[in-house]
Amino acid sequence: MIGIWILVGIIALLVIITIAGYNTLVVKRNRTRNAWHQIDVQLRRRYDLIPNLVETVKGYAAHERQTLENVTVARKLGMDAKTVQDAAKANNMLSETLKSLFAVAEAYPDLKANQNFLALQEELRSTEEKIAFARQFYNDATMDYNTATEKFPGIIFASIFAFRRFEFWEIPEEAEAAREPVKVEF
Amino acid sequence: MRRRTLYGMIAANRWRTFGFILLFAVILALVGGAVIRFLQYYYGVYSLIPYVLFGFFIVGYNIIFFFTAKKLALFANGARRADPAEYKRLHNVVEEMAIASGQPKPEVYIIHDPAPNAFATGRNPRNAAIAVTTGLYEMMDRAELQGVVAHEMSHIRNHDILLMTIVAIMIGLVVLARDLFWRWGFFLGRGRRRSSGKGGGYLALIWLAIGLVLAILAPLAVMLIRAAISRQREYLADASAAMMTRNPEGLARALEKIGSTFQKMHRTSTATAHLFISSPKCKDRPDPKKPQAKVKVNLFSSHPPIQLRVERLRGLNLSSPYARQFEWPRTEGKESMAP
Repeated sequence: MIGIWILVGIIALLVIITIAGYNTLVVKRNRTRNAWHQIDVQLRRRYDLIPNLVETVKGYAAHERQTLENVTVARKLGMDAKTVQDAAKANNMLSETLKSLFAVAEAYPDLKANQNFLALQEELRSTEEKIAFARQFYNDATMDYNTATEKFPGIIFASIFAFRRFEFWEIPEEAEAAREPVKVEF
Repeated sequence: MRRRTLYGMIAANRWRTFGFILLFAVILALVGGAVIRFLQYYYGVYSLIPYVLFGFFIVGYNIIFFFTAKKLALFANGARRADPAEYKRLHNVVEEMAIASGQPKPEVYIIHDPAPNAFATGRNPRNAAIAVTTGLYEMMDRAELQGVVAHEMSHIRNHDILLMTIVAIMIGLVVLARDLFWRWGFFLGRGRRRSSGKGGGYLALIWLAIGLVLAILAPLAVMLIRAAISRQREYLADASAAMMTRNPEGLARALEKIGSTFQKMHRTSTATAHLFISSPKCKDRPDPKKPQAKVKVNLFSSHPPIQLRVERLRGLNLSSPYARQFEWPRTEGKESMAP
């Protein structure tokens, strides 16, 4: 009789451990998915802002055709990307081309005085930051989730319930270096 | 140094909040009980009703202020809603930090005051607000503003705001009780004694003495605890902000800028002083009249000296691959070793 109760106790314990382990993984996976969605929202916002920016710059600096072309191409590549790596690559390219566009804009005082341009510049700058922070949050969440699926006992539940690893949003070394804060002297 | 996860820290915060409420209730019951007892001897009337009413008052006070604390803290410091068009950059930076911390965007407020400062308040991350002064907004570049907002966002994410709001509510009550007691005690002392019966006068005096001692000690004790909790929260929020922006230098520079000003805020209140990123009365900054003064931690100050915070930020090691499990700096005790 006691033996049966011990068996029941062990089974109940196993069931509780399984539920808890499964639920932990679900919470972490949903957090990662949500983080991915956040990046997507910001990328889309940037894609929406760019045509407006290109139009504004064209009005003042029409002969900077190559720079404008590069931005448009990078945007198209980003929008058509199917995998995480492709999207990451296209968006890093987009960040670079935007940077050179704003550098070019420095030479046009009329453009720099344009309210619409200034508002767009602030919006794009903020969107750029939001993409970077969303990517950081996604990578943190991904690492947390991946670690949970690889650790014991998480690995057991992960293999039973088919929890797959997420990919990191990698950025190339030179782009990372460019993100370092600019030193400001006072 | 010791390792602590964010979730462990939030749980520890809950316990601290609970402990503070409990401790405060005991102190308040002792002071209130002694005062009521004295008055009863004084007037020769004995009844349980005042005790019950006092109990209801304490509970009611806390419940009412718990739900209105955010509005009160914003109102008491003259904060207005920041216009999204006029303060676009501020709204953008708050959104950036909300994304970096994975929290909903809090409400954004502005305080018209040239002294650089900021605070966060609310009950939980879904019901939170960040307020910055116009002085701070105009003084900081983007990275610095990010550092300050990340510091406030950390207070929200780490669930510090509830603890700090409750402390503010209680400090408000202590200040009120202290003022009331002194005025009232003075008034009674001049009045005519109406107590009758043998020994009533002596007993009344004893209770008065107990009440007096408690009335002096209670605010001291509460202020000490408040200061200790607040200083610890500030260090943690600095470290979390560095982790959130991956750029300790931004906040370090912002703190240096704040530390180089010595302008007090127009509207300051004892009850909400500890909510701010830096002391609204500049108590955590080097006095320009005594620039060579030694940096030391005052037990009663709600903020650690700003130089120590800058030093700690610059000494942080963020290279750990574990985003939410880095070395939280231990809070008290290490300060004495700083130069």
